[in-house]
Amino acid sequence: MLTKIISGDEISKSIDNTLKNAVLYSDETAAWVSLEKIHEVCEILKDPDGLDYSFLTAISAVDYIEYFEVVYHLASLRNNQSCVIKVKCNGRENPSIESVTDIWQAADLQEREIWDLMGIEFKNHPNLKRILLWEGFDGHPLRKDFIG
Amino acid sequence: MSTIRTEPVTINLGPQHPSTHGVFRLRVTFDGEEIIDVEPVFGYLHRGTEKLAESRNYVQIVTLTDRMDYVASMSNNLAYVRTVEKLAGIDVPERAQYIRVISVELQRIASHLMATGFLLNDLGALATPLVYCFRERERILDLFEMLCGARITLSYMRPGGVFQDAPDDFWNSLNTLISDFPNYLDELESLITTNEIVLARTIGVGLLSDTQAVDSGVTGPVLRAASVKWDLRKANPYEVYDRVKFDVPIGNSGDTYDRYYVRLQEMRESIKIISQCIEQIEPGPVRTETPYFIRPPAGETYSSVEGPKGELGFYMVSDGGISPYRCKVRAPSFINLTPLKDMLTGWKMGDLIIILGSIDIVLGEVDR
Repeated sequence: MLTKIISGDEISKSIDNTLKNAVLYSDETAAWVSLEKIHEVCEILKDPDGLDYSFLTAISAVDYIEYFEVVYHLASLRNNQSCVIKVKCNGRENPSIESVTDIWQAADLQEREIWDLMGIEFKNHPNLKRILLWEGFDGHPLRKDFIG
Repeated sequence: MSTIRTEPVTINLGPQHPSTHGVFRLRVTFDGEEIIDVEPVFGYLHRGTEKLAESRNYVQIVTLTDRMDYVASMSNNLAYVRTVEKLAGIDVPERAQYIRVISVELQRIASHLMATGFLLNDLGALATPLVYCFRERERILDLFEMLCGARITLSYMRPGGVFQDAPDDFWNSLNTLISDFPNYLDELESLITTNEIVLARTIGVGLLSDTQAVDSGVTGPVLRAASVKWDLRKANPYEVYDRVKFDVPIGNSGDTYDRYYVRLQEMRESIKIISQCIEQIEPGPVRTETPYFIRPPAGETYSSVEGPKGELGFYMVSDGGISPYRCKVRAPSFINLTPLKDMLTGWKMGDLIIILGSIDIVLGEVDR
């Protein structure tokens, strides 16, 4: 049996039942959640009695020049299904987003990696330090405007 | 009456240390002999693979993936080419799919042999068990040499199939290996599985509960040792895994012994998979013709395979050009280190070495 891929529209309906106005828009591939409500949405998604996305597969960040996109790949081991949640993060100077480390421990090292390489700050992260590069390194190499 | 004043001592382990399996550094704080705090320091082998991928074309990136988990290049190749195929809509001939499954299962055995050998090395059984493991791993590397001429950095797979068909003498050597291997595993088990010293050192050491394992995102043998039955080959079968029968071994308690034993049983399952593939494989083409410059349509995809260390995934964004716009790697070794602090706290120095060894990290993949 293959892992069931839950479309962005479907997951957006499920979130809407509990929390209104958190999903900005959605399509077949993903649901875009507003920057302020990502932590609340993640709590709803993790809820073992509800959607049960107990497993955070990966957090990625992409630099689209006008904005950054933080992508959450989630999986439910019990129901064998997966979904994708995205957040747009504006501002090149100091973009920031709420940390989800308190919801999934798996976010810990991955959020530090994104801070290090992409320069997106995760608020309330317990230990937000550079991880692959050294303290004092100038810039964030995965940004498109980084000159090495 | 005077009391003895004690204070915690911080010790630096690595980055140059034989038991860290590469250039990995741990800052460990001890209270007496007990570990009270651990701070891993990464990045000594960081080469910026994800950034490099943004300036290479899709075929060239295959060689970058070899150098991530350098003891399991086949699995890295497979995870990468599958993502490109999904992104660009490339079909893979059936024979190529079988050859891919055979080679990644051989690679899984080679990787687990290395993990087991070094775990015993870390336990203080210096060199002897390691040489037993390496003797058999050598035969697998010889098979890889027949396939593609390389032994470690293989680059055997291409988007659309594999680089070339297996030569005739490959199949004879493979059959000999498959028939010898169960006996060899019995021999290895007779040395380790019921060894009193191994049992005393590993049972109950470095516990990871099932809820914490899921919460901290660990995958592969570390997750399955914590009695969570989750294997992408079963949960989301790719290539021809839905046509072969095999079991997913799990542990009971999530201790160091379970992690060792799950790996050992997985090797037996891999042998089963390979022998079924040999029966089912039929002649045919092994590669779909693709242009040298693959230009996938603009879009994005995530795809993952069950590598020897866990879920190895690629998240790739294409803008329609000849290089990916973004190529993110979900590296299992890296994420498996997330619960390290909780696993180590309360144990002693000697236990630290074997708990770290039982997670089985490869620094090429941790740092990328």
